[in-house]
Amino acid sequence: MKLIYLLIVLAPLFGAAVAGLAGGAIGRANAHRLTILAVAVSAGLSLWVLYQHVSGTATSFNETIYTWAMVGDLRLEVGFLVDRLTAVMMVVVTTVSLAVHVYTVGYMHDDPGYQRFFSYINLFTFAMLMLVMANNFLQLFFGWEAVGLVSYLLIGFWYKKESAIFANLKAFLVNRVGDFGFLLGIAAVLFYYNSLDYVEVFGAARAAPELTMSIFGTEALVVTVACLLLFIGAMGKSAQVPLHVWLPDSMEGPTPISALIHAATMVTAGIYLVARMSPLFEFSETALTVVLVLGAITALFMGLVGLVQHDIKRVIAYSTLSQLGYMFVALGASAYAAGVFHLMTHAFFKALLFLGAGAIIVALHHEQDMRRMGNLRRYLPITHITMLLGTLALVGTPLFSGYYSKDAIIEAVHLSDRAGAGFAYVAVLLGVFITSLYSFRLYFLVFWGEERIDPHAREHMSHLPRYVLPVMQWPLILLAIPSVVIGYFTIAPMLFGGFFGEAIFVAPANDVLALLSEKFHGSFAFALHAAVNPAFWLAVAGAIVAWFFFNFRPSLLPMVNARLKPVIEVLENKYGFDVLYNQGFAGGGRLLGRALWRVGDQGLIDGLIVNGTARTIGRLAGLLRGAQSGYLYHYAFAMILGLLLLLSVFVANWQGWF
Amino acid sequence: MFEGLPLLSLLVWLPVLGGVAVLLTGAQNAERARWFSLGIAVVVFLLSLALWQGFETGEAGMQWVERNAWIAAFDIYYHLGVDGISMPLVVLTAFSTLLVVIAAWEVVRYKPAQYLAAFLIMEGIMIGVFSALDAILFYVFFEAMLIPMFLIIGIWGGPNRIYATVKFFLYTFLGSVMMLIALIYLRIQAGSFGITDFYGLALPLGTQVMIFLALLAAFAVKVPMFPVHTWLPDAHVEAPTGGSVILAAITLKIGGYGFLRFSLPITPDASLALDWLLIGLSLIAVVYIGLVAMVQEDLKKLIAYSSIAHMGFVTLGFFLVFRIIAAGGGENGALLALEGGMVQMISHGFISAAMFLSVGVLYDRMHTRMISDFGGVATRMPVFAGLFVLFAMANAGLPGTSGFVGEFMVILASFQAGFWYAAVAALTLILGAAYSLWMIKRVVYGEVKNDQVEALEDINRRELLLLGSLAVIILFFGVFPAPLIAVMEPSLAALLQIMVPTL
Repeated sequence: MKLIYLLIVLAPLFGAAVAGLAGGAIGRANAHRLTILAVAVSAGLSLWVLYQHVSGTATSFNETIYTWAMVGDLRLEVGFLVDRLTAVMMVVVTTVSLAVHVYTVGYMHDDPGYQRFFSYINLFTFAMLMLVMANNFLQLFFGWEAVGLVSYLLIGFWYKKESAIFANLKAFLVNRVGDFGFLLGIAAVLFYYNSLDYVEVFGAARAAPELTMSIFGTEALVVTVACLLLFIGAMGKSAQVPLHVWLPDSMEGPTPISALIHAATMVTAGIYLVARMSPLFEFSETALTVVLVLGAITALFMGLVGLVQHDIKRVIAYSTLSQLGYMFVALGASAYAAGVFHLMTHAFFKALLFLGAGAIIVALHHEQDMRRMGNLRRYLPITHITMLLGTLALVGTPLFSGYYSKDAIIEAVHLSDRAGAGFAYVAVLLGVFITSLYSFRLYFLVFWGEERIDPHAREHMSHLPRYVLPVMQWPLILLAIPSVVIGYFTIAPMLFGGFFGEAIFVAPANDVLALLSEKFHGSFAFALHAAVNPAFWLAVAGAIVAWFFFNFRPSLLPMVNARLKPVIEVLENKYGFDVLYNQGFAGGGRLLGRALWRVGDQGLIDGLIVNGTARTIGRLAGLLRGAQSGYLYHYAFAMILGLLLLLSVFVANWQGWF
Repeated sequence: MFEGLPLLSLLVWLPVLGGVAVLLTGAQNAERARWFSLGIAVVVFLLSLALWQGFETGEAGMQWVERNAWIAAFDIYYHLGVDGISMPLVVLTAFSTLLVVIAAWEVVRYKPAQYLAAFLIMEGIMIGVFSALDAILFYVFFEAMLIPMFLIIGIWGGPNRIYATVKFFLYTFLGSVMMLIALIYLRIQAGSFGITDFYGLALPLGTQVMIFLALLAAFAVKVPMFPVHTWLPDAHVEAPTGGSVILAAITLKIGGYGFLRFSLPITPDASLALDWLLIGLSLIAVVYIGLVAMVQEDLKKLIAYSSIAHMGFVTLGFFLVFRIIAAGGGENGALLALEGGMVQMISHGFISAAMFLSVGVLYDRMHTRMISDFGGVATRMPVFAGLFVLFAMANAGLPGTSGFVGEFMVILASFQAGFWYAAVAALTLILGAAYSLWMIKRVVYGEVKNDQVEALEDINRRELLLLGSLAVIILFFGVFPAPLIAVMEPSLAALLQIMVPTL
């Protein structure tokens, strides 16, 4: 097995290295062939691994690959832990990645950085696999930062574009703020549990759940401190308020990576982290409450911002923020399996939506503004149908995958008695209405209504190379299938069948999914249950409102906008986070740096002390020059004075005065 | 195969004599001087690898020891040897000098023979510093090192070189005079100039503090620690590329080495008593200097300040040891701190060399180092851009590069001394990324800024060899630092025993 796991991880690394270092030599076609083959190998083997786990022939694998360093008795290692949670993540990562690789052949067909792009997305697949397959915190942190690096490189892929290189720097720095907490969390784990190995750490935490440390002048549970610090990392990577600001800007990158990295995989690393750390989080009610409340805030308020965006990708980006919030709500309610379940379904339908948006963008010659779209169902029928399916999944239409995963979260929060669960329940319910509203707003603006397409863009559509649209549509179709059906088939085992086994730990008192399972009587019955479910009717209401204003009576829209002007302004300013961060932190940091440099280094140290000393010495030397008068009696007098002084010291010494 | 040879003597004197030979023969023929210098540098580097190869990794004590009477009247010996602390630094020195010789190839046109000779002589002296086991011998090398660097900056330096050299010289000279007094005092107490003979001395705390402060004056300037750091940005800005490489990669390390070889083992009680001072200054270096680095407008100054911030982790790791043990971190925690600091020194040697060579590549083409003169370099120099981004990421401590290893270890260790130490130290994650990547954004990315950038040509094979080999090493030690740590661990564990005998 070890060899297979190594192959899964190293195949994309190899592809990345060859396409990156020898991309020019092997040419464009070979670059995409090689990298797609590499991901296909990973995906095929990952599916096989998952199958082995599902069929029960494989047990969880936990082995060291090599020792990174030995410090005293402390082993720092690189190794894999593959259990069912890992296997699910591996399949999600590699299959979405494979779809995105194929799609890229079309999307990037005319880009000069073709090979570089394939190299990066292969490298990303490697890094993400390292992250999810880690069996220790060191490797986790490696994967964590490595996906951040590739995200940085890909957001700034079009490095001449000022907005892109602003966005990638912002993304990296905001993530580094999260990593600041994350690294401290790892340090806390090492200090109190004496290991970085998951199994050993979880064992130590379980053995001493009451361990406390003093911090901020009070005694706090070690596990709470560690979990909150680790969660700061998760907030950065999974873009939760207030570290969410980078994700909408990351849309400056090419669309395939928006689908792969900024929707389906990398941004879910925080979800995976908390699920993986469930044996720690379960011992900290405080940490789980924080996760729950922050998730709920993100789910509701980021969805609202999505309502006022005009850029098609940004709408989907805010939707992603909001859906990530849902996942954290699930985790915070101790319904880890529901969080991971939504992660999986979301990966498919959100990747589908992004890739659909990308197909539109390419067809319209890089037009992203929905105000210059409309009626596109005539030109892009396959994109239209697949995106409709993705939208239906996202808003939670019964029987679609998103329905199962989202409804499970809502029901789980409803059943939870954790502090903040009441607020979270309201937030996720309102969120359903918002989700439906922005999703169908997008759908109607893009595919229905009057045609507002730029003439040049229409011209461009007819000149696309013939392979471009098909090669982009196949991944859409392939992603549409799981987007529709995967929830129906997997909800029973994943949520109620104990599928994750040892991988996820839930304290019996917290087990809301066990409560929910009593009400669960099969996938179809669960879908029928929608009729008595407020969430379903909220979604329907959202769709109707969207249809009314964006398709049936768009003429009423300006009036509504005028009435809601103050609210819309707040939303368009994204609650002021960007202003605060850009001017407060980035600007303030620069200001402080400049002040320290000018006043501290140049003024005090150099000006006053160093150069000041030089001047003083110069002056002293002048005085001394004055002493060299050339008169013998001056010198003699000085000698006598000196001798007397020396003598007095000796005398004092003899007398024992010192 | 080298067992019988006085390998350390060869490493010290071969480059010195080679340098003299280059001076004598190469003044008329630059080409011959280059090839001859390259030959010497390669041989020395290979000898340093032989030193590593013949080094007994599990051993804590001195190896490759040579000891002969030098000035018998004063008990001064020609006494050389290396342990796990100094051996990696010797190899690093030999490697860096080789880089500098190659980097100078077509670039240095003014008196190339003298330039190369200065670096070869410098190499011998620096290896001497790392391998001297007699205090006076150490002092002689320590002082002698100033002369070639003084000349390198003074002759091949920039327009403001006189101010920079005088500042550099005075700063460092002032410190080392204090050290000499301390060494003579120690000789009187120990009855020998052997550095390791100083270790067992049971000195009263008051005396230790005096000695500690005298040594601190010498080493803090070299590191450099806040607030005696302002010579470094000036020296870097004026120094030619090779000078910057050696300055950053090696001479700064002599400060850190001094703490390990002298301050901590000779005056452990004073180190304990004054650790608050050193820890405080180190943390200031990380945060204050990090912020200052961010706003620099000159590429070399930015990297110089980033060097100071990175060296803060070295001294932080070294002096946190006492607090880690007091807070219950145990031997593992203490070793994590010491080894983290030491790994940071080696890694910074590679990364700072890479950064300064990269700036050199740009400077050779554009004759400017102002960040505002660049923009869009990636368009014209894609290969260079890729490498430069990698180095910047390593500078920002990205896992998978050597820059991560030391910082990671020191931050983990500092948590064991207390949450706040780690919290302040970990700010480097944000600051390091901010100054490194903001610089990259302005220099490498963006639209081509002006005609000069438009005319840039990508790196040639010589430059690719230089930067590529550094990239490989930086990645290798990031992915697999175990061999490096294994080499230094026994010696650092022995040092720990001297520092905290109760452990």
